[in-house]
Amino acid sequence: MAKVGVYVCHCGSNIAGVIDVSAVRDYAETLPDVVIARKDLFMCSDSGQEMVKQDVRDGLVDRVVVAACTPRTHEPIFRAAIEKAGLNKYLFEMANIRDQASWVHGHDHEGATEKAKLVVASAVGKARHLEPLEDKFVDVTDAALVIGGGIGGISAALELANMGHKTFLVEKTPSIGGVMAQLDKTFPTNDCSACILTPMMVDAYNHPNIETLTYSEVDDVSGYIGNFSVKIRRKQAYVDWDKCTGCGDCAAKCPAKTPDEFNAGLSDRRAAFIMFPQAVPKKAVIDMDACINCGGREIGSEPKLNKKTGAPILAPCEKACPADAINRSLPLDPGGRIKEVEVGSIVVATGYQVMDKGWFKEMAPDSPNVITALQLERIISATGPTEGKLLRPSDNQKPKTITFVSCMGSRDANFHTYCSRFCCMYMIKQARLLKEKYPELVINMHFIDVRTAGKDYDEYYTGARRMGINFFKGKVGGLEMLPEDKLRVLAYDMESAESIEYASDLVVLATAVELPEDAQGLAQKLGLQFCGSNFFRELHPKLGPVETSTEGLFLAGCCQGPKDIPDTVSQAKGAAAAAAVPLAQGRVKIEPIISEIIPENCSGCGICVPLCPYDAIAMSEWAGTARAAIEMSACKGCGVCTSACPSGAIVLHGYEEDQIFAQIAALTSGGRNHAG
Amino acid sequence: MSFCPNIVGFACQWCTYAGADLAGNLRAKYPPSIKLIKVPCSGRVEPEHVLEAFAQGADGVLVGGCHFGDCHYKTGNHKTSQRMKIFAKLLADSGFDPRRFRLEWISGAEGYRFAEVVEEFTKELQELGPNPIKEGV
Repeated sequence: MAKVGVYVCHCGSNIAGVIDVSAVRDYAETLPDVVIARKDLFMCSDSGQEMVKQDVRDGLVDRVVVAACTPRTHEPIFRAAIEKAGLNKYLFEMANIRDQASWVHGHDHEGATEKAKLVVASAVGKARHLEPLEDKFVDVTDAALVIGGGIGGISAALELANMGHKTFLVEKTPSIGGVMAQLDKTFPTNDCSACILTPMMVDAYNHPNIETLTYSEVDDVSGYIGNFSVKIRRKQAYVDWDKCTGCGDCAAKCPAKTPDEFNAGLSDRRAAFIMFPQAVPKKAVIDMDACINCGGREIGSEPKLNKKTGAPILAPCEKACPADAINRSLPLDPGGRIKEVEVGSIVVATGYQVMDKGWFKEMAPDSPNVITALQLERIISATGPTEGKLLRPSDNQKPKTITFVSCMGSRDANFHTYCSRFCCMYMIKQARLLKEKYPELVINMHFIDVRTAGKDYDEYYTGARRMGINFFKGKVGGLEMLPEDKLRVLAYDMESAESIEYASDLVVLATAVELPEDAQGLAQKLGLQFCGSNFFRELHPKLGPVETSTEGLFLAGCCQGPKDIPDTVSQAKGAAAAAAVPLAQGRVKIEPIISEIIPENCSGCGICVPLCPYDAIAMSEWAGTARAAIEMSACKGCGVCTSACPSGAIVLHGYEEDQIFAQIAALTSGGRNHAG
Repeated sequence: MSFCPNIVGFACQWCTYAGADLAGNLRAKYPPSIKLIKVPCSGRVEPEHVLEAFAQGADGVLVGGCHFGDCHYKTGNHKTSQRMKIFAKLLADSGFDPRRFRLEWISGAEGYRFAEVVEEFTKELQELGPNPIKEGV
């Protein structure tokens, strides 16, 4: 016979303000096997925990039910408490009477109290059937993977590497640096972005503990915390990077043009290209989607010979390369090659993209003089298409009036309801930089409101106001194309309470931050969740901001939500610290909430084998017959097999059949009719 | 007072159970009809569990999991979907009103949606009245 102790929490007035805690306690006392029922103002406080521990130590109870908040945050606390008192920590069950009762049924105190009684009965029902379980420990591979080579990924990788952990830094483009490498200057200090970023890129690339794998993508991830196996696809560069010196001669000779991603499409690059002048590593890539095969021969075929000289006729890129790094005769696999690595933890720092202006039909997206803020960033950057001169795209003339429009696609029910967080600040930065350089330029900025919540940010904004930049509070309703490539701005000014209309030479849209399109695929490979939100979901919005629901997997930067550079670096360092914990410990605990096949009951039908999402089940021989068996280290405890087994031979520990049936019985009859 | 149906909910701990917690954080109001049984994955829920709840007199049963593509266990919710759709059909074929059974995908970010689903399900069950099994029909 189990001896169940029930402990009902007031949670201050959070629970007791709605639910009659004494009535729930009294009711709990009447439930089968309940030997003691107590209540406390805060069960999670030291005194509350001590109350439970004392009852355990006194031998009064051997199963513990706490009726309080959610097990998602507090189960570990109480499990640890009873373990300290000498009871197996899995002999614990929580009844959620706050988050799922008092907080949502404040309008119905009686109903909430009755529900709380049933929820307690359900927990008691389950607790009576709980069995002690033992944690497992597995050794950890002392290495980390950082996915994404922007400022977040670089920061995380450097942090991990400096702690002494081997770190793989994977970046899908040919160079690390991310969006920050495209920026001219950074707020609120107007540091040159390249000047502060490039040394970090070089540090990361040259770090003895970091292996930087650019032009690479994560193809597959299997395993679990401490022991992830990762397949990394090193994309085919068609240039031998061991030989490439980054001279750029191939790009100079390549005749094929395609829009330059690094300049946000404002200029063209060649099919053979180096991503940007400060690229790390500085290596050339031939983009086969853009290559026009000007040499007239397929990859992997031998060159024709010159009829007169007998010399091979090479493609311009091959001929140009002084390092002999380009050889189109080699049978290069377009899929690249797979590199397999083993790591103990993973930091995801895959960043963001900004929305394309094409989404905003009312904003004259067909006009070349309507650009995104990232495009303006390239225009004002010394390494950009105009070498830093403010020239508008349509005619390369200097605009006299420039307009900024905020919240394009952010805080907008038609696109994204969230705030993209850093647009206000970068628009102010761009306006300030332009005003400093061109004092005569008329700058009109339209905001729903200006959000400058950051250290030294509001001072930066008020400084901009003093510089003679015009700020309007109110939305821009639309843009109309006018002759001479101008744009009519139709806006509303809430301060003067009237609509305004004027002609502008260049309009900059602060388009929303969103996850790149390939993020969904990566999420599925990694087991990351979106949960209906637009970004990867952290474990807990406040207390687990870098963790995810998959142990050993951590988040940093804009893939978790829009954030500026200081916040990204902070979070990246936090994620690195969290990712280093299992590596430093050397072994990790695996919860025993996993499935087990009882071979005596298994009929060997094999239904479970293909159902397992982790291929953890295989047929093996048991007493001369074929029976299913689960590889414990691969099982994650979903219970899909348990539910499917026609013989009832699979037990999911912690969610066993008799436990669930006891809960059903309790919820439907109050638990009293089912003493069994 | 109108009849308050008793709903047994099976909720996966990563999405629907988290969504119900979020409803609490948001102080979203819904009737105290539903009581959740936490399971790791909606794929752990067996048709027998649902049948048992009905046999014991539950007026409604809800199985809640993650949206497709969001499952913590990759494809557990797909298994749930297939299993429960067949089950719902059998339930209807056996003469039991299938409106008493719901399969819902509610994410951990959808606190308000959880509240709305319960509100709406409760109303529907109020219209349907108590589970006829309770009356011994």
